Parts: sequence; structure tokens; C-alpha cells
Amino acid sequence: MTQSVVIQVGQCGNQIGCCFWDLALREHAAVNQKAIYDEAISSFFRNVDTRVVGDGGSISKGKICSLKARAVLIDMEEGVVNEILQGPLRDVFDSKQLITDISGSGNNWAVGHKVFGSLYQEQILEKLRKSAEHCDCLQCFFIIHSMGGGTGSGLGTFLLKVLEDEFPEVYRFVASIYPSGEDDVITSPYNSMLAMKELNEHADCVLPIDNQSLFDIISKIDLMVNSGKLGTAIKPKSLVTSSAGAFKKRQEKPFDAMNNIVANLLLNLTSSARFEGSLNMDLNEISMNLVPFPQLHYLVSSLTPLYTLADVNIPSRRLDQMFSDAFSKDHQLIRADPKHSLYLACALMVRGNVQISDLRRNIERLKPALRFVSWNQEGWKTSLCSVPPVGHSHSLLALANNTCVKPTFIELRERFTRLYRKRAHLHHYLQIEGMEESCFTEALSSLSALIQEYNQLDATKSMPAEELPRLSVAV
Amino acid sequence: MEIWPAFMLLSKTRFWKQLGIWVIVQNYNSILTLSHLYRSSDALLVHENDAVHKICAKLMNIKQISFRDINQVLAHQLGSVFQPTYSGEGSFHYRRNPLGDLMENLVPHPEFKMLGVRNIPQMSENSLAYSTFTWAGLLKHLRQMLISNAKMEEGIDWQVRPPLSGLPTRGKMSLNKESHFNTSIANLVILRGKDVHSAELGAFKDPALYTSWLEPVHAFSVWKTQRAFSKYEKSAALVSNSQFLVKPLDTIVGKAWNMFASKAYIHQYTKFGIEEEDFLDSFTLLEQVIASYCNLGF
Repeated sequence: MTQSVVIQVGQCGNQIGCCFWDLALREHAAVNQKAIYDEAISSFFRNVDTRVVGDGGSISKGKICSLKARAVLIDMEEGVVNEILQGPLRDVFDSKQLITDISGSGNNWAVGHKVFGSLYQEQILEKLRKSAEHCDCLQCFFIIHSMGGGTGSGLGTFLLKVLEDEFPEVYRFVASIYPSGEDDVITSPYNSMLAMKELNEHADCVLPIDNQSLFDIISKIDLMVNSGKLGTAIKPKSLVTSSAGAFKKRQEKPFDAMNNIVANLLLNLTSSARFEGSLNMDLNEISMNLVPFPQLHYLVSSLTPLYTLADVNIPSRRLDQMFSDAFSKDHQLIRADPKHSLYLACALMVRGNVQISDLRRNIERLKPALRFVSWNQEGWKTSLCSVPPVGHSHSLLALANNTCVKPTFIELRERFTRLYRKRAHLHHYLQIEGMEESCFTEALSSLSALIQEYNQLDATKSMPAEELPRLSVAV
Repeated sequence: MEIWPAFMLLSKTRFWKQLGIWVIVQNYNSILTLSHLYRSSDALLVHENDAVHKICAKLMNIKQISFRDINQVLAHQLGSVFQPTYSGEGSFHYRRNPLGDLMENLVPHPEFKMLGVRNIPQMSENSLAYSTFTWAGLLKHLRQMLISNAKMEEGIDWQVRPPLSGLPTRGKMSLNKESHFNTSIANLVILRGKDVHSAELGAFKDPALYTSWLEPVHAFSVWKTQRAFSKYEKSAALVSNSQFLVKPLDTIVGKAWNMFASKAYIHQYTKFGIEEEDFLDSFTLLEQVIASYCNLGF
């Protein structure tokens, strides 16, 4: 089995990361009752004998001694990381795997990318090499960050280039939180645009997520929970927004719920690589099957079910409903409607007690309403992991490489243009060494080129598939 | 060119014909694999997962088909071919080199090395209790499965008949026509069970079933054993070098070609050293194989 390293950057990245580790521990604890350090758990955790000083403490099998997350925590402010280190997860993080500063990036991509990038490059390299050394077979780096701020956006994307140069064969998956329309950071369009260029050029796979969609999902759940309808009692642990519970005693803030959704996304994405199943899917297979052209590596994700009803009387209808919901625009983690756009490829990652025949049946059922590009009419990739998430009997994560991601990019370009036209706040960026106007114009071209790719694909949507002449051979 | 006197390479390949829901790049992988195997193996024993799936659903009556069920059917197919059989008529010694014999019987020409397997009977335990079999009945069905290219015992097209001898050439196989007479290069029938010596195999020796290159006495062979296989009192397997696999192969090549034309996913392969040239070589080889098998009727 392979290992992955999570790199959480910035305030948002670290908060989500923290939720991820919390849930991952809970998940493994539920499955691994005998507390044996096995391959599943080694994909994200090291087993360490804390009595040993220095580096020699790693234990490869046997009973779990002390679990350390394969993580690197980076933030240019201390607040969030300090909170984590004083909280219930403090022992899960290796104190040597942190990079912090005090002043923060001031919501400025240039500060994050250029200033802190060069300042901390050596340290970053050192921590990354260390975490890679601790892996037998490192397959993937997961970067969690937000696009709208300074550290996550700037330093987070600086990292991508470092990773590409230093570890060219390790996949770079990025979970990016895109700013919503009513973002309180005025310069978020600049930060996001500059970050997009880096994502275009140096990421293998990006999972765009936006706050508004997360918020809408929470509202939907709250409505359900508070509806008080008879027979609709919901199992508390099954909420895709709930924390591991035992740890957090204080009131859950709205961001906690949203962070948990993203944490669950990462958990489900990696479940097939962590646990057994009849149809496993490693992370490299995600990239291989869902990215037909290198630039088009943005995957729209949806998670179902959002909760499990306590009433378990209608199993198979509930299963089919789970598949239907995965394609509904209300379940997508960005504002997108995949059903009415064009699919290049689609992955269905199923967990729990589901058979291939259920998969087949549902794909056959839903296929007619979906449009796939002509050369990939059967562009489905599926995986079955036998271990369901905690509190559920089964779950589904759908990843769509679909042109429905285009509106997000167009909107971003519009917001950027509105600011840039007036040259508002530009001086904050241009005064940073290494920053020029060309950085902005190049970023804009990069995004426009990407949008154009999606436009070209959309144009083929209504064209009939042409049968190309085959090679003819002499007999 | 390498010669393999003692070791015969028999590669077992599986086709996912139309499912397409497991691996998106399966058609690329299939054409690359098949072309390489075709060059390096002496024979390819090919199974179609879709057919196996149908067998599970229709014949075995399994409601929720799992991989275990599919693998069981495949294992049964392989077992029915490779379990020991007597080395000759009237002999009670077992065949020492089944792979070599298989090769000798079924692959007279290196251009034609795709073999398919059919089994009869195939049913669930429950149905078995109410059925009895005769060799005549089993062989009649098996022969019709051969000439009509049926994947399983259900839904056999009894309208397909061998062309009448003396008539001019049957013509090239059309990939678009539904029912078509399946021309064989060579066939091997394996019989297992009670009273196996009484089985009548004349119908399989009909020259109309075969191309004109080999006399039926060379094109057809039979292996027998009294020992029953699995839970079947009498069972027969057919290993055939015929036009069985032309259509599925053609479908896969077609889909791969379509995808290749738009250059989708190619960067994933060039990253690891497989160039567009390699793809083209594979396509060329397989189109050649398809064309050769299609023209067997001449």
C-alpha cells in the first residue's frame, strides 16, 4: 500500500486539515478495534515510539504506540496552528513538521508566494524530504488551502512548484476553497487569479470547492434536522457535517460544519486506497482516468448521502436515491450543474455494502440523462470500498470532469477584471519584489485559455459523433 | 525470433466488451496489451466479462452478481479445459502435455491464435437437481453454439446453418450483420463424465464447419475422461480457434481508435515512454488480425 502526505497551508487549510485528521482517526479507530498498526492506517499515519529521541522511533508493525499524522502544517500566522497544538490533536502532529511565522500574509498572494516563499523555501524542502523519507512508497501529496487569502493562496501554490521539481513522480492533489461572491476579502479575486495560474501549471488534480455551496448544504441539513417530521429522526454521527464528537466540547461554529464536509470529501477520496474492497482505486488511477488532457484537471465533487435516517426500512430505494443525488446540483461542492453540461469523465467511489450489480444498474439508469463527450461515451470509472464511513451503511463520492466548472472560472475572471480595470489595491502587490504587472496579465491569459478549452468542448456537445475511418490493411 | 520448444505461452486475457464502467482507458490498455501478447504468445485464451456476467444472471440465476461469482464461472471454464483427460482413445493414462497438445491441435498458423471457450451445461445447483443430460443433447447444443457464435446455452440462434458444400465462396464476414455463420480453423471438444465413450462427435467433423486448409481429421480433436467435472454428471467444453472473437475485438479497436483520434489520455502514456507510434503499431497489428479472421470464409 502507498502513503500520502497532507500539506495544510494557511488558516483555512489548517482548520480543514484539523477536521480531516480528527475524522480519519475516528474512522480508523472504528475499523481497527485491536489497535494494530496495519497498512490501512499507515497510508496517513506513522507509528512512533515516543520514548525514542530523534528520528529512530518509527515502528512498522505491531501494536499502535503513538500515531503521527503524515502532515506538514504551514501558516504565516500563529493563531490556528497554536490552537491545534494546544487542542486534543496535539499529539497527532510531529512538532518538527510545522512552519509558522507571526505576521501573516495580509491577504496578499504576493507576500505569501514571493516573500514567504523565498524565506521559507529551504525549511519547506527539509520538512517535505523528511516526511517523504518516512514513507515506503509515497504516492501523493494533498494540499489543502483557500484561494482568496494570502498564505494558503500564495504560499500554498508556491509549494506546488517546489513539489513538482523535488518529487516529480508524486501526484499533487489540491483541495482549493474558492471565494464566494460575497467574500469579505476585497483582494480575493487577485489572489485567486494568481493562484489559478499555478494550479493550471503545477497541479495534477484540483478539487474546487466554494463556501457558498458548503453553506447551502448545511442549510439543507439543518432544515431536515429541524423539520420535526415523524419518522425522520437522523442518526447524529451520520451527518456529513458532524465532528468526531468526543473531542470537541465547545459549540460548533458554522465553519466547523463546512470544514467537516471537506474533510469527509478527502476521507472518501482516499478510502479505497486505505481500506480493502472488491474494486480498489488508488489515487494515481483518479488522475489517469479522469484527466484526458493535462490542463483539464478540475474535478467537481459531490458527496451523498448527507445524513442517514434512523429509519432503515427501505434499503434499495435509498441506495438508488444516493446515486441520483450525486448528480443533482444541490449536492455539488461548487456551484455547478453537471447534468446540464458536458462530461469528459466521471468517477464514482462507493463505500459500504454495495455490489457491482447495484453500480451497473444505477449507471444504466442515470446515463441517458447525462451528456458525455463523443470519444468517451462510456467514461465511467468506479471503485468499491467495503468499509463505509462511520455512521453510514454506504456512501458515494462522485468526481466529475465536466464543463460545468466553467462558470466558476468565468465569474472569477469577471470579479478580477472589475478590480484590475480600476487598478484597485494593485500597489500592495507591485511593491513586492518579483511582482510585475505581467504576473497579472499572464494569470489572466492562463485562465482565459482554460475557459476557451471548455468552450471548445461545449461547442461539440450538440454535434453528432463522427465515425472516423479506421486503418485499412492489406489482406 | 525465439523458439519455445518446451514452454508454450498461453496468455489468458479478458475482454470487458461494452461495460466501460471499470476503467476508462480500458480500450487503450486492451489494444496495447493484446498487440504485445499477440507478438509474444503462442496462443491467447480470451474471455468476455460481459458474457460471463450474462451467464451468472441468466443461467446461474444470481440476483446480485459479485466478482466472486464472475470469477467462479471463469475458473470453471479454465478447469473444464485443463483438468486431466486421457491421452488417447482407449487409453487410461492421462495426457502429459495438455498445453502442448492444445497448441498443436488449435494453432496451425501463427497469424491465427485467438481461442475462445464455451461450456455446457451451466446452471445453478437448484436447476441441476431437475435436469438430466444426454451426450447427444449436449453436443447438439454445443455445435450450434459454435456455428452461431452463441456465448451461452440460452438464446441460441438455430436458424444459422453451415453453408451447403458445392456453393461458391461464402464471402467475407460482415461485422455489421447480426447472425453469421462462424467459420472455424480448428476445434477441440473436451468431454467429462459418465459413458463418455458413447458420445457421437460426427457432426463436429463436418468439413462445412472449417476452412479449407485442414482436413477435418486434423482440424477437430476430442479429449475425454470418465471423471465428472464439478457438479455435472456430464459436461462438455469447446475450445475454438474461430471467428468467435472478431466482433468484440473489432468493437474495442473501434472505441480505442475513436479516443486516439482526439488524442485523449495520450499524455498519460507518453509520460511513461509509450509514444503515439506504439499506439499506431498496436492498431495496425490488431486491424490485421481482425481482417484475417474476417476473411476466413474465402
